[in-house]
Amino acid sequence: MKAVSAALVVTAALLYTSLVLAERQTGSPYKHQNDPSLYDELAKAPEKARAKPNPFEKDSDAISAGANLFDQHCAECHGDDARGAKKGPSLLVDQVQNAEPGALFWLLTNGVVRRGMPVWSKLPEPQRWQLVSYIKSLGAGRRKP
Amino acid sequence: MPLYLRLASAILFFCLVLTFLLPSSKAQESPYIVAYDHYMEEPGSLEIEYFSTFGTQRGGNDFHAFWAEVEYGATAWWTTEFYVSGQTTFNDGTIFTGVRWENRLRPLKREHFINPVIYIEYEDINGADKILKEVEGHDVESDYADSNAGLRKEHVHELETKLLLSSNFKGWNFVENTIATKNLSNEPWEFGYAIGASRPLALKASAKRCSFCRQNFIGGLELYGGLGDLYHFGLHDTSHYLAPVAAWNLPSDWTLRLSAGFGLNNSSHRFLLRWGVSREISGFGSMVSKLFRGRR
Repeated sequence: MKAVSAALVVTAALLYTSLVLAERQTGSPYKHQNDPSLYDELAKAPEKARAKPNPFEKDSDAISAGANLFDQHCAECHGDDARGAKKGPSLLVDQVQNAEPGALFWLLTNGVVRRGMPVWSKLPEPQRWQLVSYIKSLGAGRRKP
Repeated sequence: MPLYLRLASAILFFCLVLTFLLPSSKAQESPYIVAYDHYMEEPGSLEIEYFSTFGTQRGGNDFHAFWAEVEYGATAWWTTEFYVSGQTTFNDGTIFTGVRWENRLRPLKREHFINPVIYIEYEDINGADKILKEVEGHDVESDYADSNAGLRKEHVHELETKLLLSSNFKGWNFVENTIATKNLSNEPWEFGYAIGASRPLALKASAKRCSFCRQNFIGGLELYGGLGDLYHFGLHDTSHYLAPVAAWNLPSDWTLRLSAGFGLNNSSHRFLLRWGVSREISGFGSMVSKLFRGRR
């Protein structure tokens, strides 16, 4: 039994070391990054959803709050700077930045479950709008000279 | 201790070490302990959870049952979970009570007013299991009064299915779970239910990161109990509980849960105090994938 325990400890140690090393490797960009159909889901947002205005549009705190939420819930897949990472595409592209806030809100609410994007309706509605404010603010920052 | 138990313990210990050392992600966890909402684990994330149930027992000794869960988001529509459970009955002893393998599948692509999830679980436990993760059939307090030595003689191989329904309305989450369980050793189907409602204390996120912001706290209520079996369906000889629940989602990525359950009839335990702690490890799937495929 001592041998079994020792083997388990060694296996666990090796697995842990390997996982830590694997985590340190730089994440490669999203494999479908250049696939334009990736953003087709935004076009599926119903008219009623698109027409919804962002209630936090003029609230400067919403961008800071959205940045925190993005960091907590979205950066893992879309990258810290939203340029896309291994699991999620860039949110700085025109398809996202030119989309109506209502369409982004609709996509956050419904996810793209079959392509790996979870539904985010577990975040209360105001928090989803705060995320939309932040995502839109990234485009505004990018357009600055 | 049998080899598989040592193995299970080693895996759990390893997972607990991982919770402290690997990168985590902040999850918005619900406060429910018995009921389920329709949210899956994020794809590729591993959540490690520990729960305890302290229960009072008339005609026997009070107990402290505990379980650890490892929950993995296989895809955005499929979450799989492995449980190991045990219990301590005061003035009696501590024993391992079994394992469970749970799968939750989301059949619909989009959000609807009512969102269904299909739940399938296999249980290999013994009769001394007291975690009361769900209450079904004619489960009553007196079933747990015997000594551990007596209870553990019963082996239970069960297939448990649930239909989980969940809705969101004005910041509130409402869940309704119906349970149908089949003991694979020629016992009739047993039924149960769990319903719940919860809401964060604040719906809007604060512009600053903070531990004590109101949006980090979620409060709610659970009601759960048995509904008899195929031949004796109904409330006769069943137990029921009402439990206020609360969760605290800390910015440091930990979630704490607390629930105080009160038995609603004479067949129920008078009081069940439950608490739990969990942490989500983001990107666990890709770490393992890199490990086996190498750098590409």
